[in-house]
Amino acid sequence: MNLHNLPPGSSAYISRLNARDSIRRRLLDMGFTQGTKVTCLYASPAGDPKAYAVFGTVIALRSEEASQIEIFQPHAEEGCLWD
Amino acid sequence: MGLTRKSTGKDTTPAEINSTPKNQPVIALAGNPNVGKSTVFNALTGMHQHTGNWTGKTVGNAQGTFAANQKTYTLVDIPGTYSLIAHSEEEKIARNFICFSGCDATVIVCDATCLKRNLNFVLQTLEVTSRVILCVNLIDEAARKHIRINCQKLSAALGIPVIPTAARQGKGLQELTETIDEVLQKAPTPLQVRYRPEIEEAISAIEPTIATITGRLPSRFLSVRLLDGNPDFLEDIESFLGTPLTRDERLDEKLTEAKTTLSQKGYDTTSLRDTLVSDLFKTADKLTKEAVNTPSGYNNRQIRADKFLTGKATGIPVMLLLLLFVLWLTIFGANYPSQWLSSCLFSLEEPLFHLLGLLHLPLWMQNALVLGVYRVLAWVVSVMLPPMAIFFPLFTLLEDAGYLPRVAFNLDHPLKKCCACGKQALTMCMGFGCNAAGVIGCRIIDSPRERLIAILTNNFVPCNGRFPTLIAIITMFFITGSAGFFSSIGAAALLTLLILLGIVMTLLASKFLSKTVLKGIPSSFTLELPPYRRPQIGRILIRSVFDRTLFVLGRAITVAAPAGLVIYAMSNLTVGGATLLAHAAGFLDPFARLIGLDGVLLMAFILGFPANEIVMPIAIMAYMSSGTLTEFENLSALKTLLLDNGWTPLTAACTMIFSLLHFPCSTTLISIKKETGSWRWTLVAFLLPTACGAFLCFLLTTAVRLLSLF
Repeated sequence: MNLHNLPPGSSAYISRLNARDSIRRRLLDMGFTQGTKVTCLYASPAGDPKAYAVFGTVIALRSEEASQIEIFQPHAEEGCLWD
Repeated sequence: MGLTRKSTGKDTTPAEINSTPKNQPVIALAGNPNVGKSTVFNALTGMHQHTGNWTGKTVGNAQGTFAANQKTYTLVDIPGTYSLIAHSEEEKIARNFICFSGCDATVIVCDATCLKRNLNFVLQTLEVTSRVILCVNLIDEAARKHIRINCQKLSAALGIPVIPTAARQGKGLQELTETIDEVLQKAPTPLQVRYRPEIEEAISAIEPTIATITGRLPSRFLSVRLLDGNPDFLEDIESFLGTPLTRDERLDEKLTEAKTTLSQKGYDTTSLRDTLVSDLFKTADKLTKEAVNTPSGYNNRQIRADKFLTGKATGIPVMLLLLLFVLWLTIFGANYPSQWLSSCLFSLEEPLFHLLGLLHLPLWMQNALVLGVYRVLAWVVSVMLPPMAIFFPLFTLLEDAGYLPRVAFNLDHPLKKCCACGKQALTMCMGFGCNAAGVIGCRIIDSPRERLIAILTNNFVPCNGRFPTLIAIITMFFITGSAGFFSSIGAAALLTLLILLGIVMTLLASKFLSKTVLKGIPSSFTLELPPYRRPQIGRILIRSVFDRTLFVLGRAITVAAPAGLVIYAMSNLTVGGATLLAHAAGFLDPFARLIGLDGVLLMAFILGFPANEIVMPIAIMAYMSSGTLTEFENLSALKTLLLDNGWTPLTAACTMIFSLLHFPCSTTLISIKKETGSWRWTLVAFLLPTACGAFLCFLLTTAVRLLSLF
């Protein structure tokens, strides 16, 4: 499962980054590191990009970037933080 | 929308410190984007570097001084960056300043509400310099979110002073300046990140060799950079050192050896880089766990606000309504002050004549000064000042609250469809204030191709110099009835439509460029959406009037005065039985008619090249001088003048379209030349909007003329 599939309102942990080169480094520097908890907050009017909460900040990512971030949800029932 | 002398013209790309008096310590202000560096800068220096609640607002270095402890310091506000591995032009400026400028101390400003991510950057910086002070800003905001930070503990762990501040309230700054002095006296011994054993082995394998080559940068820092192998960073390091590190044979041997050992242990280039970052984060994580108490959960009110402002059904309509509302307030509010100012200023013409007469100036000079220079100035002031004094504060309010990144978030999808970057929406917003500032703001865009697109299309957004012209024409020709509540809504709606046309043209032009000369696929997009903050209304009012309104007005006036003189001379000097003006207008007339304008208007656009503000005043001067000399005190008198000179609603429409879509002013073009470094792209930036405007006007004119035949 990758971050792009994560529906708004649910959380997951980052397992792997598939992005390459400079965008990989950028994502890492913004806090998308292995083992970090990410929450999908909401989508833009067109559905893409989406906003994610990571490390206490909100970062917008397009589907291209989000789909390169692999995630896992240890306990699916704990996923819902909002609403 | 940082409209200052800096952002609109000279001195926009300093990579080094401007000349400072000897022995005056230089302090750099660094940190992640949008943590309040400029606020700290302003609070310390008493200067008015533009602040706003969005990532990438500061794109060039700003320099100021402050006095404390009986000394004067130079303070440099550098752009925000997440990492020393720069991703865009403005981050490169920041990185190179921290690493290579030789500043005496670096104050890293952090956001107390997300300290962990900020510490990643702090730890990187500590590898390159030890004279660092950590300023944990927004401590009040953190307290509201129940985040508690133990600064003593953090300071002990990091080995550098840690000062909590709330720069907007001026809290903690006294302590900060005292600490700066202490650090200048005695450099701290900061924490050095220990990477995992395999990497530490590799570092110790190459570090001694580096130490023999150069002593200008810490050898541990250089070892890590060589292992990381970011080509761009290494290039900058080498050009700073003047030594080609990567081509040193001994070092190369050691480095290859170390990398081979690492690859035997399973580290390829990518995983090595990852490990370097994740070890930094691991350290940051450990530090924050020890010193920071972070309650879980985000601010639900912020999320709800975002869901409304960027929602599927609400995001775009709210954005349009906000635009409409801002424009309506501008038009409605500017109406009466504008009339009052113009009647006031024009009633001064008589006394001015009288005054100049007392000075015994020759009559022609009196006329040139009053009817030429003064009249253009009076128009520029009375028409421009009120709308700007309303529009700028309103816009700054939205900016300060943090709405602009949401616009970029909303508009990213359509921009991506045109193979452009969502951050272009931010530079377009800056363009509303001034296109030159918008062009420079394009540094926040990572990909060079997308940045160029944003630069070339920025002029499709009408700047503040063009708003008053558009508003005046709309009010005269397209709104019937007196200037009341409803007519101002109509005018605002028309102006919104016109701006939408500009946005559509931006999208089309971006798409066109992406499919032709600037082929490419959309690159990556990461944008931080900062928390909404309560705008500081008092400060906004004062600063937007003084820094922006008066600055732009001043620039318009300096251009308008000589232009008024030129046009007066042209309309009074006769060659071969006709005035120069008539000759010029007559020459341009055939082409101008094709696109629905007339010769005088086209000439006004050309003469208005130094500043868009003066296009209408020049046209009016020209009309007034060519025969029908009407006294105009208000817009209806002006309308009569224009009608007498053959204006039709078609002329008005074409003037508006051409005003929206024509060549950028000279200041903007100079910025484009500077930012692209190429005359060719500057020429494209000149021709692209002009061609679009001429074509649209031609289409409209031809269509209307064909229809009127039947």
